[in-house]
Amino acid sequence: MRIGLVCPYSWDVPGGVQFHIRDLAEYFIGLGHEVSVLAPADDDTPLPPYVVSAGRAVPVPYNGSVARLNFGFLSAARVRRWLHEGRFDVIHIHEPTSPSLGLLACWAAQGPIVATFHTSNPRSRAMIAAYSILQAALEKISARIAVSEYARRTLVEHLGGDAVVIPNGVDVDFFARAEPRPEWQGNTIGFIGRIDEPRKGLPVLMKALPAILAARPDTRLLVAGRGDEKEAVEGLPGELRSRVEFLGMISDEDKARFLRSIDLYIAPNTGGESFGIILVEAMSAGAPVLASDLDAFAQVLDQGKAGELFANEDADALAEAAVRLLSDPARRAELRERGSSHVRRYDWSTVGADILSVYETVTAGAAAVAADERTTGLRARLGLARD
Amino acid sequence: MTETLVWILVALIAVGLYLSWTAGRLDRLHARIDAARAALDAQLLRRASVAQELATSGVLDPAASIVLYEAAHAARQAEEDQREVAESELSQALRAVFADVQQLEAVREAPGGEEAVRELAEAVRRVPMARRFHNDAVGAARRLREHRKVRWFRLAGHAPFPMAFEMDDEPPAVLLDRPA
Repeated sequence: MRIGLVCPYSWDVPGGVQFHIRDLAEYFIGLGHEVSVLAPADDDTPLPPYVVSAGRAVPVPYNGSVARLNFGFLSAARVRRWLHEGRFDVIHIHEPTSPSLGLLACWAAQGPIVATFHTSNPRSRAMIAAYSILQAALEKISARIAVSEYARRTLVEHLGGDAVVIPNGVDVDFFARAEPRPEWQGNTIGFIGRIDEPRKGLPVLMKALPAILAARPDTRLLVAGRGDEKEAVEGLPGELRSRVEFLGMISDEDKARFLRSIDLYIAPNTGGESFGIILVEAMSAGAPVLASDLDAFAQVLDQGKAGELFANEDADALAEAAVRLLSDPARRAELRERGSSHVRRYDWSTVGADILSVYETVTAGAAAVAADERTTGLRARLGLARD
Repeated sequence: MTETLVWILVALIAVGLYLSWTAGRLDRLHARIDAARAALDAQLLRRASVAQELATSGVLDPAASIVLYEAAHAARQAEEDQREVAESELSQALRAVFADVQQLEAVREAPGGEEAVRELAEAVRRVPMARRFHNDAVGAARRLREHRKVRWFRLAGHAPFPMAFEMDDEPPAVLLDRPA
């Protein structure tokens, strides 16, 4: 099958959606399908052979932060050329509502289009204003995929229609087979995420830390992620600061070894999560997980059966649960075991097969993807376009 | 005077273009429904075929075989207006026959059984998928068709009002379990 994947965010900037698309593309290539990924990228960045650059993304203030987006004539032309040259059986657009390549591709293509909605953003003001334009483009999507039941609910509420739920994939064995590192072992709790992004919840964990250390003085907190380390420990009494170790940004290999080494993984995120891939990775590596009770997290943790949940933003509840788990090796072993069997459903072999079923379902009754000549330009409107 | 006429003309052309664009949108939605319906039919047929194959294979006990055969046969032969009921009954029959894991194990152990189970699992997973895509397209077309501009200018032409396909497509629980 000839598959075209559209990535809305810069290929050179690491991010969840980009990794998802990379893994998906490589999974399909491994199965012998022909895959091409259209992604924004600087012209001088080295790209894997299956990625086609749609030009450089422009930083624009959008939706409360600066987003790097692609739009304008040049991008639209590149999208159309990619569609024309690719002759895809199906195109799979990620994040079609972001005003970037996803929307452009949706606008310019006809035929079987699959779309994955990653975020569960509440409807933004821009989206309400652009609703009719958006609706006309989104109507072309033959199959919608939401990454979690929670994301599906938001999608149904805001855009109407329906979607199937297919979670994000993880290479479970990559994490399960990683070698633990001795210096990260022994009474360690782990946190991975941006230090200076409050929604990742490090401040909640820092607030809970004195109580955890009071009950379990041997505990060390390992923090992996970008951000200002001094600022992060500011609220902590001086003598406790030595119990926190910052590892900075770590590679994928180190991330797997990190998760294999620690005794407890804590995800104190306070919101804005639609899936929680890090929890799946932690469980794949056999780390017991303690997470805030966000909808998305509760679902990934099988409502608390595969990992423990605490009341969101409640540092006392976090401390209490962490101390209880750290003093109970039997319970941790139980969580490890349940987690490891629970995550199999998130392995690429399962997730990829499901996505492929979606492709096969939408291509069963339809012709191949082509550039949509009817909807673009006045010439087409007046019947002057070449067919 | 002439200026007013020109403006009226411009406005009329703009409205005309907008209506033609909307008609194009609607046309595309109808095509999408047709494709989704064809895909749904294909998946339903596939599910009924696998069920019938299993029923006639002699692997299941006679009672289960008859129940499954009846339901699969009825689903394949159903008239259009009976289709939803017949397909729902096939879902129920499948759930009843594969209520416990042992039945599934028995099929797996038979020669070629592994293959049959895989096909059945795939079919029962794809039916709800195809149905959701179909009903999603129907919903989008309905929302557009209920709009004033479409009704007043009869942009939908003679295309029949799209109907959702409603059925019980809950798969047997044992087939949902992913390999651990």
